[in-house]
Amino acid sequence: MTEKISRETVIKVSRLARLSLGPEQAEKMTAQLAGMLEHFRDIDALDLAGVEPMTQPYPIKNVLREDVEVESLNREEVLGQAPAAESGRFRVPPIIGFDV
Amino acid sequence: MKKLVEIVAGVGGGSLTATSVVEEHLDRIRTRDGEIHAFNLVTADQARKDAAKIDADIKAGKKAGPLAGVPIALKDNMCTRGVETTCSSKILQGWKPPYDATVVGKLREAGAVIVGKTNLDEFAMGSSTENSAFGPTKNPLDVSRVPGGSSGGSAAAVSAGFAAASLGSDTGGSIRQPAALCGVVGVKPTYGTVSRYGLVAFASSLDQIGPFTQDVRDAATLLEVIAGHDPLDSTSIPQPAISLVPVLDHGVKGMRVGRVTDLPEGCEPDVLERLEAAFDALRNAGATIVDVELPSLQYCLTAYYLIAPAEASSNLARYDGVRYGNRVDAPDLNAMYAATRESGFGEEVKRRIMLGTYALSAGYFEAYYGKALKVRRLIYDDFARAYTKVDAILTPTSPSVAFKFGSKTDNPLAMYLCDVFTIPTNLAGHPAMSVPFGLGADSMPVGIQVLATTLGEQSMFKVAAELERAS
Repeated sequence: MTEKISRETVIKVSRLARLSLGPEQAEKMTAQLAGMLEHFRDIDALDLAGVEPMTQPYPIKNVLREDVEVESLNREEVLGQAPAAESGRFRVPPIIGFDV
Repeated sequence: MKKLVEIVAGVGGGSLTATSVVEEHLDRIRTRDGEIHAFNLVTADQARKDAAKIDADIKAGKKAGPLAGVPIALKDNMCTRGVETTCSSKILQGWKPPYDATVVGKLREAGAVIVGKTNLDEFAMGSSTENSAFGPTKNPLDVSRVPGGSSGGSAAAVSAGFAAASLGSDTGGSIRQPAALCGVVGVKPTYGTVSRYGLVAFASSLDQIGPFTQDVRDAATLLEVIAGHDPLDSTSIPQPAISLVPVLDHGVKGMRVGRVTDLPEGCEPDVLERLEAAFDALRNAGATIVDVELPSLQYCLTAYYLIAPAEASSNLARYDGVRYGNRVDAPDLNAMYAATRESGFGEEVKRRIMLGTYALSAGYFEAYYGKALKVRRLIYDDFARAYTKVDAILTPTSPSVAFKFGSKTDNPLAMYLCDVFTIPTNLAGHPAMSVPFGLGADSMPVGIQVLATTLGEQSMFKVAAELERAS
């Protein structure tokens, strides 16, 4: 982790994150992220060869329940909280036909 | 102000009514929450109905629950069916969840009365509540100062007597740091002991719900109720809640308490003075103080601020204007996503999503996220070695007493440093709690943090109770 984060990278990452940062915001974000990443270089000094990554604190695996029907959320109640719903479904804007 | 256990005894024994207790707290909210802003929403009408029902049940001869008539405030990132849950974010403003969090069900079943939803840093990201989209919460002990965060509203609500107890969530210190700054007790239990079902996710491998109370006994009582296995949370440890109240009077005679010799720098002298006083108090009570080394602790901030934002960037992908919350209309789906998220999230949330997305992106994953996970292991191993020598460890909770509004808002890294003593516990999954232990600079309270190993809550509470007796 040596290179400094560029404005171009920040804009690319903002697209990946589905955030539309304006030019000014991108500038500010680049400076702030660069400052943090600089601080985070402290771990470069560590020898991490052979260290097992730790993704969760308590080792629980394959948590399953009995395959029986249980009551689910109320569909009307759920759709009632959606920004747009129609005929028992979530409604979204067109997903094709535009430049994505 | 009545303690939780006094309310339970009074309401159960007939010397108090749930209604009178709730009215007393609602009165204090009415008088002072305009100034403090601990609450995003006060559910006064429902609280009165719930209190009346408890009183009627007790009158009819029903057995009083373990939290009968206790007014409790909930951090506004815990789902309450049909009651607005915002995470102090514009993107969720107005959202009424279609289900209750597991802890909410447990509280109700135990006879607690929910009085409202408390303010937080947006999506629990922050250490001062200054990142709330609805304005900051003020510290009830000095309104020119922050209450800490992210559970600042929950800490302030207990400190100001708006609720006898409250629940918060702690991802990197969000219960313990505000508890310290507001002069109350705050507990982050072992990861997996309190169900996260219905807690809006920030960083799933770190998040844990816990109590704020006026004293250690109240905290033990409340934690016994909310802990325990929940099949709806796949990370829930399959065992019953740990019994805590019976150990509170055991004392610390013969216990070994760790002093960290390589504590990260940057702690204010007034806080370090109180830490020394805490060691003295435990030594006088018969504990042995043992030096422990935690060399990887100095890297905890880096590990945390790579892991937590990485998990957050993934968890917060769900706020896309489709299933819940608010939408900004646009001609196509991708434009709608971006416009919704751009307008709905605040600056700090965007910063962490960006940082996390970057740390997970192709070409950088191994260098950042992958490395951070290995550092997490080193920190875990350090603690494991230390806990072969000691039963508990003491550190400060926060490097300073409550700071003034605006003093850290321009420098995200300075704000992150507030969490330097609290973060390691979350990375390890261990329990830790903050206990008020005297005053520091400007007569503001100092919190001492008691840490213990996985499921070591009994040792932790014994030490905390001793510190409380000595303070």
